[in-house]
Amino acid sequence: MKIQETSPRLDEHLKVPAMFGSGRGRVVTILLMALLLILPLIAWYAGNKFYLDFSTRIVCLAIAAVSLNLILGFGGMVSFGHAAFVGIGAYAVGIPAYHGYESAWLHFPLAIGSASLFALFTGAISLRTKGVYFIMITMAFAQMAFYFFLSLEEYGGDDGMTLWSRSDFGIINISDGLTFFLLCYGVLALCVYLVFRIVHSRFGMVLRGCNSNEARMKALGYNTYAYRLTAYVISGAMCGLAGALIANLQDYITADTMTWTRSGELMFMVILGGAGSLFGPVFGAGAFLLIEEILSAYTIYWALPFGILLILSVLFVKGGVNGLIQRGWRR
Amino acid sequence: MSTLFLIQLLNGLQLGVLLFLLAAGLTLVFGIMDFVNLAHGSLYMLGAFVCASLTFLTGSFVWGVLLAIPIIAVIGYFFEVLIVRHLYESNHLDHVLATFGIILIADTLVQLSWGPEGIAIPLPGYLSGQVEIFPSIIFPTFRLVIISSGLLIAAGLYWLITYTRLGMLIRAGASNRTMVSALGVDISTLFAGVFALGAVLAGVAGMLIASITEATIGMGNDIIITAFVVIIVGGIGSMKGAFIAAILIGIIDTLGRSFLKDILELFIASGSAETAGPALSSMLIYIIMAVVLAVRPQGLFPPKVR
Repeated sequence: MKIQETSPRLDEHLKVPAMFGSGRGRVVTILLMALLLILPLIAWYAGNKFYLDFSTRIVCLAIAAVSLNLILGFGGMVSFGHAAFVGIGAYAVGIPAYHGYESAWLHFPLAIGSASLFALFTGAISLRTKGVYFIMITMAFAQMAFYFFLSLEEYGGDDGMTLWSRSDFGIINISDGLTFFLLCYGVLALCVYLVFRIVHSRFGMVLRGCNSNEARMKALGYNTYAYRLTAYVISGAMCGLAGALIANLQDYITADTMTWTRSGELMFMVILGGAGSLFGPVFGAGAFLLIEEILSAYTIYWALPFGILLILSVLFVKGGVNGLIQRGWRR
Repeated sequence: MSTLFLIQLLNGLQLGVLLFLLAAGLTLVFGIMDFVNLAHGSLYMLGAFVCASLTFLTGSFVWGVLLAIPIIAVIGYFFEVLIVRHLYESNHLDHVLATFGIILIADTLVQLSWGPEGIAIPLPGYLSGQVEIFPSIIFPTFRLVIISSGLLIAAGLYWLITYTRLGMLIRAGASNRTMVSALGVDISTLFAGVFALGAVLAGVAGMLIASITEATIGMGNDIIITAFVVIIVGGIGSMKGAFIAAILIGIIDTLGRSFLKDILELFIASGSAETAGPALSSMLIYIIMAVVLAVRPQGLFPPKVR
C-alpha cells in the first residue's frame, strides 16, 4: 500500500530522513555518536573511571528515551508513565538475583518479557482513551507499579535493594566497567537501528499515519488500535531492557525509579533532543545529564536554572537538539 | 469499630474537601483554557508557606490566611501572564513539560526563601481543641473547620458559576471559547482571572492542610497527582464531577488505608493481608481511575459541549 501517493500533505508528514540525516547534520550526528563511544574510552585508558560511568548512564537512559520516542515522537502517544517500565526491568534483575539466580540469560528475557506484559495489559486499557486522558492514565498505571514495588517488604520496600553482583552473561563479564559500557553502547545502537527499521517499515508508516490523521487511517481500513498497541508493547519491552541495564549500572534498585517525576524527566529528554527523530533522544539524554551534572557541581539549587531551561526549551526550541543539528540555528 | 469508622469517614470527607479545592482550579483551567497545569501543586505549596510567614508576622492564623489570599491571587495572575499565556497554542505535551519546569523552579525558590525544613503553622487556641460531635465521638475542631469551609467554598463556587455573569462567561468559555471571544469578551483577562481564582483555591487548600501537617517543599507534588485523578474520574472541565469525585476519592482513599487490611484478612491469610493491604490501599485510587476510564473514557460527568 503506497499511502504517500494519496496526498501530498500526508507525504510531507510521513517523510523520514535517512538514518543519520543528510548534509551537515549527518556529519555532526556521526561525530557526536563517535564521541560518545570514544571519549569515555580515552578517559578510561587515562585512568579516569568517572567519565566511563557517566557515559554509561547517558547510554542507558538514552535507550529508555529512544523507546519512549518510538511511541511519543513517531506514534503521537504521550506516555507519562514510562518510568514504570524502567523499574520493572530493574526489579526483573533484582528479584531473581536476591533469590540467587544471577544468569543474565534469565534476567534480560525476564525484564523484556515482564515489561511487555505490563505494556500489553496497561496499553490495552490506556489506548482506549485520547489526549490528556491518555497522559494521565499511563501515569496512573505507573503510580500503581510504583506503590506495588514500594510495598514489597521482602525486596527492600522503601529502602530499595542492593544488587550484590551484576548479571552473569557467562561469555563476557560486565562487572568490568569497560565491557559493560561497550555492551550498553551496543544495545543502544541496536535499539536505534531497530527504531529506524520499524519507522521505515509498512508498520511504521501506518503508525505515523495514525499520528497525523487517524480518521483517514481508519477509513483506509486499518485497525489503528492494534497498530498503536503493538508499538506500545515494543516500546515497553525496549524500556524494560533499559531498566535491566540501569539496575546493573547502579548496583541498586529502588521503587523511586518509577515515580512520575522520573517519567517526566524521560519525556523531557525526548523533547529536548527532538521528538520524532532517530538520534534526538540520545542527544536529549546526553544534554539532560550533562546539564544536570554541570549545574549541580556549581550549586545545590541546580533545579532552578534547570527548570528555567526546561521552560525556555519548550517555548523557543522547536525540534530540540536534533533540530539544531540538522537545520542549524535557522528557525 | 463503628466509632472508628465514623471518624475515618470524617477524615475522608476532609481529604475530599481539600482535593476539591485543588481539583476545582485544575478543572476550571483545563475546561476553559485547555491547559494542563502540573504546577498547580506549587501554588498549593506557596499558599502554605506564605500563610506560615504571615501567621508568624501578624501573630494570628486568621490574619495569615486573609492576607495570604490576595498574595496568592497576584502570584497566580503573574504566573498566567508571564508563562502560561504563551503556552495556550502549544499541545498538552508542552504544557506538561513547561509546568514540570515550573515545579522545579518553585520548589527551589521556596527552599531558597524558607530553607529546607518544613514549617508548622500554629493554630489559635479556639481552633486547636477537640469537640464531641456525637456522644463518645471526639473530633479535632480544626478538621471540622476545614470540612465546613471547604463545603462553603464549594457552595460559593456553585453560586458563582451558576448565577453570576462571570460564571456564565466561564461556562460559555468552557463550551466554546472562540465564540465567546468573537462576542466581544476580553478573553485574556477572563483567562487570567480564572487562573488567579484557581490559584487562590489551591493556595487555601495548602494553608488549611499546613496547620495539620506542615508546610514542606514538594508537598504539592504528591497531592497534585491525586487531584488529577479526581478531575479525570469526574470528567475534565466539570465542576460537579470534580466535587463528587473529590469527595468519593477522599473517602475511599482514607477508608482504604484504615480498613482494607482488615477486609482482606476475612478472605486471605493474615500474613499476606499484612503485605497486600497497604499496597492495595495506595493503589486503590489509581485502580478506580483505570476502571472508570476503561468503562467511560471521558470520565463520569463529562461537560455537555466541548
